Order: sequence, then structure tokens, then C-alpha cells
Amino acid sequence: MPQTVLLVGTRKGLFLLESDDRRDWRLRGPLCDGWPIYHAIYDDESGTIFAAAASEWHGAGVWRSGDLGETWEFSSEGLTYDADSGLKVNKVSSLASTPGRLLVGAESIGLFESRDGGRTFSVVSTLDGASGRDAWNDPANQAPGHLGLSAIIPDPGDEQKLRVIVQGNSIFDTDDGGKTWVPRNKGLRRDWPPPPDPEVGFCVHKLAPSPADPQRWYQQGHVGTWRSDDGGRSWNEITEGLPSEFGFACAAHPHDRDTFYTIPLDPLHTRTMQDGRASVWRTRDAGSSWQRLGNGLPDHDAHLGVLREGMVADAEDEFGLYFGTSTGQVFASTDEGDSWSALAGYLPAISSVRVTTIG
Amino acid sequence: MCDVHLPSTLRPLFRDLPRRLDVEAATVADALSELDRRWPGLRDRLCEPDVAAAGAVSRPGPGAPGRLVLRRHIHVYVDGERGDLATEVAERSRLDVIAAISGG
Repeated sequence: MPQTVLLVGTRKGLFLLESDDRRDWRLRGPLCDGWPIYHAIYDDESGTIFAAAASEWHGAGVWRSGDLGETWEFSSEGLTYDADSGLKVNKVSSLASTPGRLLVGAESIGLFESRDGGRTFSVVSTLDGASGRDAWNDPANQAPGHLGLSAIIPDPGDEQKLRVIVQGNSIFDTDDGGKTWVPRNKGLRRDWPPPPDPEVGFCVHKLAPSPADPQRWYQQGHVGTWRSDDGGRSWNEITEGLPSEFGFACAAHPHDRDTFYTIPLDPLHTRTMQDGRASVWRTRDAGSSWQRLGNGLPDHDAHLGVLREGMVADAEDEFGLYFGTSTGQVFASTDEGDSWSALAGYLPAISSVRVTTIG
Repeated sequence: MCDVHLPSTLRPLFRDLPRRLDVEAATVADALSELDRRWPGLRDRLCEPDVAAAGAVSRPGPGAPGRLVLRRHIHVYVDGERGDLATEVAERSRLDVIAAISGG
């Protein structure tokens, strides 16, 4: 029987939520010795869980488990910059895998790879030459949260092609394996002064490519919710109808290119769902209109935040949609967001939720 | 031999690492080098590059490339006195490596 496994990265370790039917869930954890986990993924090819971790005491590295979390090993071998670069790895914050390759994003901003299953790492790129790089890679000038390279999205057909997010600054593409980088922010707006190169200086929180159409991408940013119809080369704003232009987490429908979910948050210091009502917002027409979804979610006195990697959809026909909050709740829907149930209520602060189906 | 006491938080990371062991060393840095030889990667869990010395991107300077410093929340004590990597250790010194209380 297929098993659905949620990988829930928290400030106090990784937790696994496992289910045979997506109704009854078993919780395991904390794993990874309780290290803060910023992102965890399951690599289908090797059957390995990788978890990006950074400890206040012992620095940054990647935990790995080849037996669904029963045993773990840690490595940071090679996760370092040249001693004279002026850069140091404070945190590993994003992971992605392609066949035979694990990619790791870090702050200070850089991209690493492992080709031996997470045992050793080497630098792919520190984005030298990317627009604005000297300013945004200054260790003294990092965005709050210190995620650095906050997302890595490999091209499924070409190892040389990658899209990344530099937190607080830009989307960048490379088509030559990281030698050169092109900003992909056309159409985005900001509400702060532009840097010397106005093509960068945008605060992109989360990218959600549609699994149903490679040309269709969605984005939730610091300023606005966005759609692209040309593979992310340019962006159209779809914020109208949402209660806030600010949010972190979002997810694309796995089978319908026009359906997309986001979680608007109060943009000020709270960064929680507005009016104390837990809400996910859905569009079924690519952003022309929006519906609030709250059936089964706490309707009052619920001041919940969800961080950028905190929401995900599985790939089942009747797909599951999941989100985890910065106060430790996990919610799920198996009817496209029409109703929700709580899977966990008392976890540490959640930074990432990923899902896989095994068997 | 210097009597080294290590934090419990290191043990899950390195196979068969004890909490306490004897190490031949003249300085704290020597002691950590010897531990790193026996458990590769251990020093990186306690030390990091001295970026300020090497020169940050916007503050280039001659610096001291390759210099290591203790991580911010790792403290060492030699015979009860707070030290750093350069602190000398004697034949019968006790070296405590502490994961300092921080955060919540």
C-alpha cells in the first residue's frame, strides 16, 4: 500500500508524518538530533531523506537517512568557501535533487553540489558576476532570516539549467551550470528604491512552477502575487482580490495549470494570517478571481504564520495539500482545499513541509 | 597529556567520539587539530573561518586568509580560565569545550 510521508522541518529537528490513507497519521521525531532544519527533501532515485541544518553551536551541514529516518548521518565536508573569499557558510537553507546530484543553497550566498549522496560537497557557484552580487553577498548586509540562496529549482531536462532565488534580491537563471546568471524579475514591482541595476532588488519569497505546464509559474512575494506564462521570463501581477499583497508560502495545483494556492499574511511585524482567521486562498482561473478557504481551519484567535517552504501539494490524482505553521500546526486537505483537518498541533516552529509517496 | 572534555552535542556527529579523552597538545588549536585528525570534520564543528580577518566582500583588506576562530557559541576553558585557539595548554591541563547556552 502506498505510504504518504510528510517531511516537516522545524526549529527543533525534523519530524515525519506518515499515513497509509491520508486520514490517520503517525508522527515520528524529533530527528536529526534536534538540529534546526530549514528544508528537507526526499530523493526518489536513492530513497534518501536529506535535511538542511544549521546549529547555533556547530554550524551548517546536511543530515541524510537512507532508511526513512531510522538512522542518520551528518556531513559538511566541502561545504565551505575558499579561505580568502571573505565568505563563510552560516546556514544551508535550500535543497534540490536531480538524478545522481544533490544541490545545496547556502548563506553566504552560494550553490554547492554533492555527487556521492550527500557525503561530500563542492562549490558550484558563488554567483560571481551576477548583478548586484557584491552588495547582496556582503556578510554584513544579509536579509533577516539569513537564508541566502533560498530556493533551487533544477530544470528537469538539462543539468546545466537552474533557477534560484537570492533572498531579498532576485530570481536568477543559469543555463551554463552556474558560470553566468541572468535576473528573471521582469514585470515585478517593489515598494523600496531600486538598486543601481533596477533589474534586481526584488524580494521574491516562493516560486511555484505548475507541474501541468512548464510555461506556467506562480510566485508569492513580499510585494504581490504573480503569474508567468512564459516559463518565468516575465511576470504578471494577480494580487487583486487577495486580502494582502504579502505572503511566503504558495503551491500550484499538480494537474491544473490555472489553479493555485497562496496564504496571504499581514505584512507588518506580525506576518500572520489576517484577523486571526486561518485562511488559504485559491484561484481557479490563473489569478483573475480568488476564493477564501477556511473550512476546518481555526476561524478565530488563530494568529498563524506560514514560512516560504511551509506549503506543498502531493502528486496524487485526488491530491493532498499541506501546510505547516510557524507555531507548530500541520493542516491538510484532500479535496483541493475545500476542507481541512489538523495533522499535528504541537510541533516546534515549522520552516518547511515536503511530501512524498512511497510504494 | 591534556585532559579534554567535549560537549555532548558533538557525539551524535562522530562515531565513537568520547566525552572525555587525553590529547597531546601545546595549544587549544593543537588539541583541536589532533581531534580533527582522529575524527575528520570535528574542528569545523567548533571553528569557522575568520571572515573579518580575511576581508568581507565590501571590506577588502590584507587580513589573514585561512585563519580560524572559535564559533560564536563555542567557548573553551583551560584550567578554568576562558581561552581561545591560541591559549597554551600544559601537560596536565584540563581543556573544557563548551557549547554555550544560547537561544531557546
